[in-house]
Amino acid sequence: MSASDPNQPIRPWAERAGCCPERKPHLRVHDLSVSYHGTPAIRNVTMDLSRGCITAIIGPSGCGKSTFLNCLNRMTDLVPGCRVKGSVRLDGTDIGADGTNLIALRRRVGMIFQKPNPFPLSIRENLTFPLKHHGVRNRHDREAQAEAVLRQVGLWGEVKDRLDQPALRLSGGQQQRLCLARALVLNPEVILLDEPCSALDPIASGMVEDLIASLRTSYTVVIVTHNLPQARRLADDVAMFWLVDGAGTLIEYGTAGKLFETPEKEITADYLRGARG
Amino acid sequence: MSTPERAIRRTTSRVAPSSDWPGCVAAGTVWLVALLVACVFFWIVGDLIRHALPHLTWSFLVEAPSDAGRSGGIGPILVSTMWLLGVCLTVSVPIGVGAAMYLAEFTRNGGRLGRFVRGSLDVLAGVPSIVFGLFGNALFSIYLGMGFSILSGGLTLACMVLPILIRTTEEGLRAVPDDYRRAAVALGLSQTVTMWRVLLPAAAPGLIVGLVLGIGRAVGETAALLFTSGYVDRMPESLLDSGRSLAVHIYDLAMNVPGGSGHAYATAFVLIGLLLVMNVLTFWIADRWLHRRVTPA
Amino acid sequence: MYPLPTDAILRKTLRTTAAVAGGVMLLIFAFLAIESLPALRSVGFARFFTDPSWHPAGGAQVGRFSLTPMLVGTLTAAVGAVLLATPLGIASALFCAFYAPPRAGAAYRGLIELLAGIPSVIYGFWGLVVLAPLIRHWQPPGQSLLAGVLILSVMILPTVALLAESSLRSVPRAYLQGAAALGLSRWATIRGVALPAARSGIVAAILLATGRALGETMAVLMVTGNVARVPGSVFDPIRTLTANIALELGYALDHHRSALFVSGLLLMVMTVIIVIAAAWSGRRHEHA
Repeated sequence: MSASDPNQPIRPWAERAGCCPERKPHLRVHDLSVSYHGTPAIRNVTMDLSRGCITAIIGPSGCGKSTFLNCLNRMTDLVPGCRVKGSVRLDGTDIGADGTNLIALRRRVGMIFQKPNPFPLSIRENLTFPLKHHGVRNRHDREAQAEAVLRQVGLWGEVKDRLDQPALRLSGGQQQRLCLARALVLNPEVILLDEPCSALDPIASGMVEDLIASLRTSYTVVIVTHNLPQARRLADDVAMFWLVDGAGTLIEYGTAGKLFETPEKEITADYLRGARG
Repeated sequence: MSTPERAIRRTTSRVAPSSDWPGCVAAGTVWLVALLVACVFFWIVGDLIRHALPHLTWSFLVEAPSDAGRSGGIGPILVSTMWLLGVCLTVSVPIGVGAAMYLAEFTRNGGRLGRFVRGSLDVLAGVPSIVFGLFGNALFSIYLGMGFSILSGGLTLACMVLPILIRTTEEGLRAVPDDYRRAAVALGLSQTVTMWRVLLPAAAPGLIVGLVLGIGRAVGETAALLFTSGYVDRMPESLLDSGRSLAVHIYDLAMNVPGGSGHAYATAFVLIGLLLVMNVLTFWIADRWLHRRVTPA
Repeated sequence: MYPLPTDAILRKTLRTTAAVAGGVMLLIFAFLAIESLPALRSVGFARFFTDPSWHPAGGAQVGRFSLTPMLVGTLTAAVGAVLLATPLGIASALFCAFYAPPRAGAAYRGLIELLAGIPSVIYGFWGLVVLAPLIRHWQPPGQSLLAGVLILSVMILPTVALLAESSLRSVPRAYLQGAAALGLSRWATIRGVALPAARSGIVAAILLATGRALGETMAVLMVTGNVARVPGSVFDPIRTLTANIALELGYALDHHRSALFVSGLLLMVMTVIIVIAAAWSGRRHEHA
């Protein structure tokens, strides 16, 4: 099956190996609205993200997909003038409440960015340094976990002889896999990916994609992507965002099979056909 | 040289000289000026080397001055200079790097303290060195009772070097891409750890440049030291002893000691040599350290 | 945002260092003001400019406290140096940026950077033993306003040249490419496009150089002869405010010493004016 052929029929979600049949909500978003200095970015988004499933957030540029993602681990706190209304509940607990332990939150919810951003440290230190900071005292434990996670992302063979070299010397695809490893090393429950392949060449992109697919059922994955074929390949659930009245809005949300084959809203159908966006 | 400059040269080489006399005059003037400046440079440096060489011996570097500096050497003076530099850097680097970190990381969105500090550092950078001498004399030597001492001189030098250090370190920190900061927050890392292990190392180039410029200023400074660390040319026993720096020694030999110009030339040569060595050393250390950590693909 | 207690400690510590750094300027003003008070009170502000000369020994009534000769000395030396160094510095910058073959340009810039790094006392020394005698051949006494102007120009030329060059190099490529595409000659491009675009940086360079020239102490001390009289010609010796302090602080007592602090305060005020002028010109060109 050619990875880039948009006309391939989508395998119904139930047929995909190891996907999430039970649909238990892991993150519940209720009436989420975000504005920057008064200008609304997203408005009244309500959805549930199911445990162990890969949810793709699709839609054209500028309709709030990244903003939405940033709410899920309170990265919106970093933006001055950003106001968040509504609630995001992780396993029932509101993450926006005062007194939320942000350090623990960000351990449970990891994030990968569009442009690979390994720290200007060695490959080994990129992985052991967050572990050390989160309390893993024993050096052997840290090294063992680093190795395990490098194997998980398929980098171990490529880097095992040069763990002490600067991480910035790796290629773009390797750096992004290292960033994924770095997020995985903290054993998160949720992984957020903001267009993780858009800065990579096709081969590296394919490798990262396969990696993301392998995360299914072990982690709850939320991926923002422009790349519709990629969404088709990866997603169990899909959320379609669109700009309505100048703010990003959730237009439609459903299982991948249903949304891609029989979308309810016209906007969704037009976007998927390539007629809009 | 970037492409547009080359493009300009290529197009202009085709313009016939006779039809572009303003351009010819301009080109001629510019070349003349460059030659003139280069000549002045070689004149000064050549003069310096020519008169300094006869006096440069190993004993000159280690012996104490005698006969008011006309003979003997500059051993104790070198020691005093190093101690002054040491005090200066020990005080100014922590304060300077700390202030730079505050300005770069905590005042992104304005804020009164940030604006005040920046403005006051701009003024500090322009204050004449003799005014620092007045200030150092009044505050360190008299009010705090340190008298004419290396401590007093070093602290005054620290005040002078602070704006340079802060400016370049702050620029270095601001140049570090936000990607690292965001990755660190997403990983739940504290700001302390992020700054210490990620941001500061990445900003090291700015810090190094600041250090080199600061060392240059401190070692070359004379007026601020005349009334804070004094004139004594003996080997200093402690930080509270008075000591003379290389620059002050040159001044004394040139202005107050007839027949002292020979040794003044030699001291000037040593001073410039010391500056060059410290520049090269600082960049070399920085390069080794950065190479280990940061070299991008 | 950063909830850890260590981060709160970090923020407070860094805030303190920043406050200390910012406080130095206030401390300087404070100490200068405190030390100046005796003279300002006994001698009075006006007399610092209206007295017939500078002979401060003998107490507040008998002594003469006019800073005017030194002020004239400072201003003439600085203005002369800036007038000389500005065109030379800009020409040097043009040489590096547009006229020199690549290696020569880099070598020349290295040369200028070395010139920038030479300590002022060495310039003063060279001026004293080489330049002043040369001037004396022409017209005694040699140590003069002219020597001061020449040495100061050499000292501030690197400042002007390096800052002007970096301004010229940051002129957007699009402008230069547009000019080249129009077939404009090199000088026409420079005069019509590059120099106007780099104007704010060049103005900043000139202001910075002026500040340096006004504040220079050692070099002028060593080459200008240090006679506290308003000069009649460029060959006359002068004394600058800075040199005045350096020469007399060692033995000044009471009101004399306090008067020197007054001149220090005057220098601080001049510095603040230059910094404000630079900030204002920077902002004005931003809007232009």
